[in-house]
Amino acid sequence: MKLSSLRNNLRVLRALLVKEVLLMRRDPMVPRIMIMMPVAVMLLMPLVASFDVKRVGVAVVDNSNSLLARRIVADMSASEWLVVDTVTPSYQVAMNALETGDADLIMTLPAELETHPGKLDIATNGVNAIKGSLGAQYAAQSAAMTIRGWQAQQRGEPGGVTPEISVINMYNATQNYRFFMIPALLGILLIMICGNLPALNLVSEKERGTIEAMNVTPVGKFTFVLSKLIPFWVAGILISAVGILIGWLVYGITLEGSLWEVLLVTILFCLLMSGFGVTVANRSSTMMQCILVMFAIIMIFQLMGGLFTPIGSMPEWAQAITYAVPTRYYIDIMRGVFLKGSTVSDLAFEFIMLTALALLLCLMAALTYRKKS
Amino acid sequence: MNTFLSLIKKESLSILRDPRTMLINMVMPVILLVLFGFAISTEVRNVRVAAVVVQHNDTTRTILERFRTNPYFDFKGLATSAQIDPLMRGGKIDAAVVLRQGGAGLESQIIVDASNSVISQSAVSYIRSVLSQGGASLPVTIRTLYNPELKSSYNFVPGIMGMIFILVCAIMTSVSIVSEKENGTMDLLLVSPVRPITIILGKLIPYFVLSCMILSIMLTMGYTVLGLPHTTQIVHIIWITLVYVVLSLSIGLLVSTVVQTQVSALVMSAMMFMVPVLMFSGMIYPVDNMPQPLQWFSCIVPARWYISAIRKLMIQQLPLGAVAREAAILCGMTVLLLTVAIKKFKSKP
Repeated sequence: MKLSSLRNNLRVLRALLVKEVLLMRRDPMVPRIMIMMPVAVMLLMPLVASFDVKRVGVAVVDNSNSLLARRIVADMSASEWLVVDTVTPSYQVAMNALETGDADLIMTLPAELETHPGKLDIATNGVNAIKGSLGAQYAAQSAAMTIRGWQAQQRGEPGGVTPEISVINMYNATQNYRFFMIPALLGILLIMICGNLPALNLVSEKERGTIEAMNVTPVGKFTFVLSKLIPFWVAGILISAVGILIGWLVYGITLEGSLWEVLLVTILFCLLMSGFGVTVANRSSTMMQCILVMFAIIMIFQLMGGLFTPIGSMPEWAQAITYAVPTRYYIDIMRGVFLKGSTVSDLAFEFIMLTALALLLCLMAALTYRKKS
Repeated sequence: MNTFLSLIKKESLSILRDPRTMLINMVMPVILLVLFGFAISTEVRNVRVAAVVVQHNDTTRTILERFRTNPYFDFKGLATSAQIDPLMRGGKIDAAVVLRQGGAGLESQIIVDASNSVISQSAVSYIRSVLSQGGASLPVTIRTLYNPELKSSYNFVPGIMGMIFILVCAIMTSVSIVSEKENGTMDLLLVSPVRPITIILGKLIPYFVLSCMILSIMLTMGYTVLGLPHTTQIVHIIWITLVYVVLSLSIGLLVSTVVQTQVSALVMSAMMFMVPVLMFSGMIYPVDNMPQPLQWFSCIVPARWYISAIRKLMIQQLPLGAVAREAAILCGMTVLLLTVAIKKFKSKP
């Protein structure tokens, strides 16, 4: 009896899956998105997503017009990060350069720079906090090195060589921020494909009323929901594979860890997002409601999950909240496995939390689904 | 005029009928402002660091003490060199400092998890300054203009405004028009003696009013809770925002004339307008960092000009003259898009 009902369910499931695939084919928009999106996200986003502080524009207000001033300017121009745009005796000219955005910081050299070095003054544009603070540090270090070297030379000491501190960059020797972003960007794709699309699909059946027709049939609710989700799970895994391939072919990022861990975390995250999508769809009656709720929560997932900004920089209370944000675990695991070759045992806590949240959301999806309204 | 008013009334009722949508529209800007204002920061803090000391002495002890007390570090204690790799792979520490007594004094080495190159660059720079504190301090004073506390919210608030209005105006308008198309009620309106321009205005004005409400919520929050600098440029901030709202409404209208179903309208608004606002407007990632072709592309994203103008007015408090270019481009785009959208809407069969 049990076996025959299972077989029956599977038969219904297959019929429903055929229906879903036919529907997808009829509306060319969905498959088109499924192809376009990973390509667009994986090709463009890594190019755009960069906090690298590369070209810090410096405007120098030179009141001294001395040899040392010229040496400071030359040393800054020679450095990797700084570009000296303007050298002027007028503070107003430098300020204009800062206001128009040509320069990011103003360095003021005092008139008695050589005889009485005193303090240099750096004013930096704080609107972009990262560029402002890092740029100011670079400029300050560069100028300080020049001044110290010059002072040592005046005293007749051999050029001011300070003992160099060696730095080892682990896991990402070229310090490429794109390598850091690419594994996490796959998460955005999965959110869209396994979270957004099934939710919209379910609600559109609700709006059109076809879900009512389905509810009066003897088809079980699990069979019905599964038929909605399976195509998107398959798509999610395929698209992750395409994304990884693009990352490798275009940006040269290779997987340090094993593929099994990537597959495991992808499956868990697909389950989690679809559970979430179905829950939202169950609680919404119109597309607009559904998309707004999804958007609000996904925005929080992305921002609090450490996708764009480090979790470590958040205040304590915000860090506590991130433990409930599933994207956090996905992103940590993907970055760990891709860049550091972390294993399941290294990231045991993250894997356990992700599994728990996936189960919880799937349970919620099952509980909120009602055949009767 | 009477028809016009009743159309507006009808649209407002259909917005108000769904309290959840209204609630999200009002609450989401507040949540985003709180998150960006207080939680999310691009500044690197709490660098988790462990130390490997080969031979303890007074110098190493003072250095360790400096790491313990420095607010930028979260000191994770001593480790052996064999432990560093597993600690980093498990994501427990961001950097490790190896201190060894060499021939010419203390030799130090910084091992840093460079997978996040932004954190690693800042971490190395912080650790260097802690290690070299023994020497003379830098003969330089650093001042920060416009944003002395280096609050990320100053950078983000204009970006959130740019995003919210695209969401409310472009996406909601297009979905609402297309849903009438799907339900077939649009045809009823079109065959009635009401002129198309009246239908369009009747659709757009309620969303315009909604945007004005959201704008006032955001400005109130910005100037009270987030503590943005008070400025006399507020008048200019408001009118430029209103231009941007009209621009977003025209985008929504334009999308609705092109697509047939709500899902397509959503996807199109999201793909063509939402993602560019997030990625190409300079909201999170600076435009200067992009490759040149993408920088050119970003010029056609309205939010780029809007965010740039609002940053200059709101944070730098520059006079209107400084944003003349941005304002002119926004006005130009608005006129162009609105004309095209209305033309297309009218010429529909």
